[in-house]
Amino acid sequence: MAQPELIPHLFRTEYRKIVSVLSKRFGFDQVEIAEDIASDTFLTAAQIWGLNGLPPNPVAWLYHVARNKAKNHLQRKSVFENKIAPELKQGITESFESDIDMSPQNINDSQLQMMFAICHPSISSESQIGLSLRILCGFGIEEITDAFLTNRETIYKRLLRAREKLREEKIRIEMPDAAAIESRLENVLTTIYLLFNEGYYSLNQNQTLRKDLCLEAMRLCTMLVENKTTNKPAVNALLSLMCFHASRFEARLDDNGEQVLYEDQDENLWNPELISRGGYFLNCAASGEQVSKYHFEAAIAYWSTQKGDTMEKWENVLHLYDQLLQISWSPIAALHRTFALSKIKGKSAAVAEAEKLNLVDNQFYYLMLGELNKDMDNGKAKESFEKAFLLAKTDAGRKAIQLKIEKL
Amino acid sequence: MDEFILIFRHQDGNQVASPEQIQIWMKQTMDWIGTISAKNKFVGGNGLHFQEAKTVGHKGIVTNGPFGEIKETIGGYIIVKSDSVQEAVEFAKGSPVLQGEGNTVEVRKLVKGDGVHK
Repeated sequence: MAQPELIPHLFRTEYRKIVSVLSKRFGFDQVEIAEDIASDTFLTAAQIWGLNGLPPNPVAWLYHVARNKAKNHLQRKSVFENKIAPELKQGITESFESDIDMSPQNINDSQLQMMFAICHPSISSESQIGLSLRILCGFGIEEITDAFLTNRETIYKRLLRAREKLREEKIRIEMPDAAAIESRLENVLTTIYLLFNEGYYSLNQNQTLRKDLCLEAMRLCTMLVENKTTNKPAVNALLSLMCFHASRFEARLDDNGEQVLYEDQDENLWNPELISRGGYFLNCAASGEQVSKYHFEAAIAYWSTQKGDTMEKWENVLHLYDQLLQISWSPIAALHRTFALSKIKGKSAAVAEAEKLNLVDNQFYYLMLGELNKDMDNGKAKESFEKAFLLAKTDAGRKAIQLKIEKL
Repeated sequence: MDEFILIFRHQDGNQVASPEQIQIWMKQTMDWIGTISAKNKFVGGNGLHFQEAKTVGHKGIVTNGPFGEIKETIGGYIIVKSDSVQEAVEFAKGSPVLQGEGNTVEVRKLVKGDGVHK
């Protein structure tokens, strides 16, 4: 790995492991101290590595330092509590002496348990996702703000209230019972899904980081698949969906980091291993009675890995969108459906459907209208692309739209 | 030529830094030492752990660390060769440590090899 990215990379992969293990050890009510120790460990790393060079095994180094910082914390706490509450002495001494367990097994368990602790029904879905992004993914307030398209203040307050609430509820970092797993799993999956999307579609131009986010989402989901109690059809469907999307990661950008449109992508750059893994998990998802939105999205994503413009493909895709919209309607899915519709029923029918959505502040709405009108009503297509241009948030996006206008 | 020690003193590190920022600091430290080394004026240096830190006081009383809080940042030092304290100060000015408000770099001439002592 290129050295300039080392710390951000380690932060993405190791922060939540340290926080999870320490919070499990300290108790959820002290999660902020666990976060502080984890952040401080990275700061220490930068200072010592800067002066003394990189250690041979940076991850082990981080664990070692985090463990020592945690032990110091417990020791200080114990001294303090012994002074004010001598009767607790025995219990406290014991807790101080026991080590911080950074074994792979405990790291894995702690992370899973942390996922479910955060996705507790006592706090809103938005808070759960926000807190997950903070604790499990090491997101800063800024990045969470971007992910939710809101402002810092809102996110800051939301996280604060969520932490307070979880403290009041005396949440423990442990695996919930089977019924609770079922009900909380949906939020866990939403969080993973959002994390993946942040990496796959975000405005952040840093490719390595974005790929890290996608891989982290897949890693969290894989942990759920590997655990007997959480290996449910929807979990497999989500993992399948992410594999299919991730298979195009290399093909989506050219050498200059510019977006390459799906139609123009070099299929040779698609990752066949990820496509076949996607297929495998989609098969695993087909067991049981449950059908989730991830099933349909994964199936749609499967068809995206099949290039070529066959009627069979588009009929399938249209059908899948219809089913998806029935169980989980979203304007963006409805918009994407119109593209499949145009392949089956023709462009003017698709334009009529798309216009009903009337998403006037969404660049993708105008992009789609532009595409659908292309070669049918180029004047209208140009008008739509120009509106999309004004709404686009990145230079790369504006460049791609400019190109479309020129090609009309 | 004299040797000077540059000691980094950190204020309480109650700072929130993004991983990207942390990465930049590490890189800056490496670059800073690189420029001193390039002049063949770098003697050595070390970061200091806060773990297993003790303070031994009057009558042999031992306390933990130099600190009472969990919010601490690491200190460290480097030793440079230099003809004058002014030159050593110029080196110190380049230290990324100084980007932190309240942080300081103390510059002291080492006694050993100063022409008077061996």
